Amino acid sequence: MPAVQETVARVRAIDVDQYKYGFVTEIESDRAEKGLSEDTVRFISMKKGEPDWMLDWRLEAYRRWRTMTEPTWARVDYPAIDYDDLYYYSAPKGTKSGPQTLADVDPELLRTYEKLGIPLQEQEILAGVEQRRVAVDAVFDSVSVATTFKEELAKAGVIFCPISEAIREHPELVRKYLGSVVPTSDNFFATLNSAVFSDGSFVYVPKGVRCPMELSTYFRINEKNTGQFERTLIIADEGSYVSYLEGCTAPMRDENQLHAAVVELVALDDAEIKYSTVQNWYPGDSEGRGGIYNFVTKRGDCRGRNSKISWTQVETGSAITWKYPSCILRGDNSRGEFYSIAISNGRQQVDSGTKMIHLGKNTTSKIISKGISAGYSNNTYRGLVSAHRRASNARNFTNCDSLLIGNHCGAHTVPYLEAKTSTAVFEHEATTSKISEDQMFYCQQRGLSEEEAVALIVNGFVKDVLQQLPMEFAVEAQKLISISLEGSVG
Amino acid sequence: MLTIKNLHASVEDKPILKGLDLEVKAGEVHAIMGPNGSGKSTLSYVLAGKDDYEVTEGSVTLEGEDLLALEPDERAAKGLFLAFQYPLEIPGVATMTFLKTALNAQLRARGEAELPTPAFMKLVREKADSLGISTEMLKRGLNVGFSGGEKKRNEILQMALLEPKLCVLDETDSGLDIDALKVVSEGVNALRAKNRGFIVITHYQRLLDHITPDVVHVMAQGRIVRTGGPELAHELEAQGYAAYVADAAA
Ligand SMILES: Nc1ncnc2c1ncn2[C@@H]1O[C@H](COP(=O)(O)OP(=O)(O)OP(=O)(O)O)[C@@H](O)[C@H]1O
Ligand SMILES: [Mg+2]
Repeated sequence: MPAVQETVARVRAIDVDQYKYGFVTEIESDRAEKGLSEDTVRFISMKKGEPDWMLDWRLEAYRRWRTMTEPTWARVDYPAIDYDDLYYYSAPKGTKSGPQTLADVDPELLRTYEKLGIPLQEQEILAGVEQRRVAVDAVFDSVSVATTFKEELAKAGVIFCPISEAIREHPELVRKYLGSVVPTSDNFFATLNSAVFSDGSFVYVPKGVRCPMELSTYFRINEKNTGQFERTLIIADEGSYVSYLEGCTAPMRDENQLHAAVVELVALDDAEIKYSTVQNWYPGDSEGRGGIYNFVTKRGDCRGRNSKISWTQVETGSAITWKYPSCILRGDNSRGEFYSIAISNGRQQVDSGTKMIHLGKNTTSKIISKGISAGYSNNTYRGLVSAHRRASNARNFTNCDSLLIGNHCGAHTVPYLEAKTSTAVFEHEATTSKISEDQMFYCQQRGLSEEEAVALIVNGFVKDVLQQLPMEFAVEAQKLISISLEGSVG
Repeated sequence: MLTIKNLHASVEDKPILKGLDLEVKAGEVHAIMGPNGSGKSTLSYVLAGKDDYEVTEGSVTLEGEDLLALEPDERAAKGLFLAFQYPLEIPGVATMTFLKTALNAQLRARGEAELPTPAFMKLVREKADSLGISTEMLKRGLNVGFSGGEKKRNEILQMALLEPKLCVLDETDSGLDIDALKVVSEGVNALRAKNRGFIVITHYQRLLDHITPDVVHVMAQGRIVRTGGPELAHELEAQGYAAYVADAAA
């Protein structure tokens, strides 16, 4: 596997104790007052030039949120978050909301994305002959700064733009679908997001269209004490197909940063959405100082017959991860998939998994989860599979494996199964294993260094999931896996 | 090539090797025989540098270099190969991938150029063919679901590919059927060379019928207690170890 060697070479090349994306961009920004009130919500809505219906929607969410309490059931432990000590809106100065071309983007921002390895220069990409093309929407703190390949996508009828733009330009679609999968009342963090979300991506793929390229969003939190609340909405109309990639990074900071996103997917009859994430928010230092608190609600609705939604995630970052990308299998014969690699090292805490809710007939779901814990971290898989009374012949297959590295970490599996129809068939397999000293010695005897041995064994462990990722992402993910396991041996 | 002097080693504070001397010259095949628990596998692990095997006294040099000062992977790159008595499984890592990663790691450590993939594949296929290892097996997870005999053949394949200077084979014959024993022995014989040494640990004469040793040692209670020619193995087969166990205890 050349990728393994490449991985290790790359790891060596960078200073391994250094979170690769940990730099801060010096850029002036335009922020809302600290704290959260109706005025903050109005401020955000005003900044975005939103119509009244959107403001009302936000305010309703805000009022509801005031009555809610933070959930505590996850196996994560963190000091109380002071929601009044955060900034809820921060935009690099000079970015007007509204459509813009790359030429309008602050060169400092472009350099940031260059450092992150994210191509925003359409020309360069177009020039690259064999490189597969990916349209990118880049979100910096609270606003989307650039969306590439818009025109070319428009030719195919695909809408790919910042959600703030979609609210203005495509209100009929946004009003119809926003909150239809994750209602504003869904949970504490989703409700908060509904009130204060600042940007994110919007995708609409019309009937019968196979999106001509991968769509991708890169999220970057830069500002200090700033929460990032992005909102993503993807609609695949009848018979369409889209593959969407999401990547995230943040600078290294001593204090924790809050990230509470909501992603909603809607697949109509015979449509398919493939959603992949490589999450690499700053995880904090080895003592557990700093890092992102990642509280994310991701849900897909297989609303139409024969529709399909698959989630693939590689989670390596964040101090705390609270995330359960789920599928509602509403349409008959619809299919949901969840492939996950969740890695925790240092003092990271991960509580992640999925929900597969079978409502329609002959619906199927598949869950492959690979949890890797190292250092002093804790890694929990939490998964719900349920079949409604009407969901005859619902089928689920779950395979949930945990790999432990060292003696100070923890892995936990919490499956919930609920079948209200006797025709449902749920299969569940789970294993927990450890990288044994004998395996390590065997690899080393053949010439592999300790790091290479761990990388090889872990890559073998996660192979089934890596195969689900688009090519470029798989390579990126492999590198990340090795980087995040640095220092886990010895 | 390999010189072991007065080697003492302990596992969990329990002394296992108690003053072992051994000299293997380039081109020689040494067989080590001895009762269960006499420390044969321990010797092989100490040579390869396994954690928890603590050398308390003595020295080991490979071509004049202090082997004990090196990490296991550095010893491998220096040309030490151990065919394990119980080869390990690594799920999800195709045998082919493992071979390539290992070979390239050693080449890099020696400052040599890595082998291009097509040349590598061709080389592996050739060597695998001669050992009766199918292409399908090379695609499977390393040793996962391999029979005992297949695992042993896979060890020899790795040895053939890595072309080490000193090969230590720990009971490579155990678990092999008659045909496999022949295939494996031929594999080993094909690697015999002027510049390569072998230590073959075995309980049975039948392996030595195929791989004729230059020297045969008897190991008991952590020491080499007798050394002779190939005829010594026949004698042991006939008489067992009773005499040596008593001697060493005395
Ligand atoms: N990890 C360990 N902890 C404690 N004792 C050990 C350990 N490993 C080996 N020993 C002991 O060391 C002694 C030598 O074991 P070793 O495996 O080297 O013998 P061997 O000669 O290879 O035997 P066999 O012919 O059965 O393979 C045995 O008494 C064994 O119980
Ligand atoms: Mg043994």
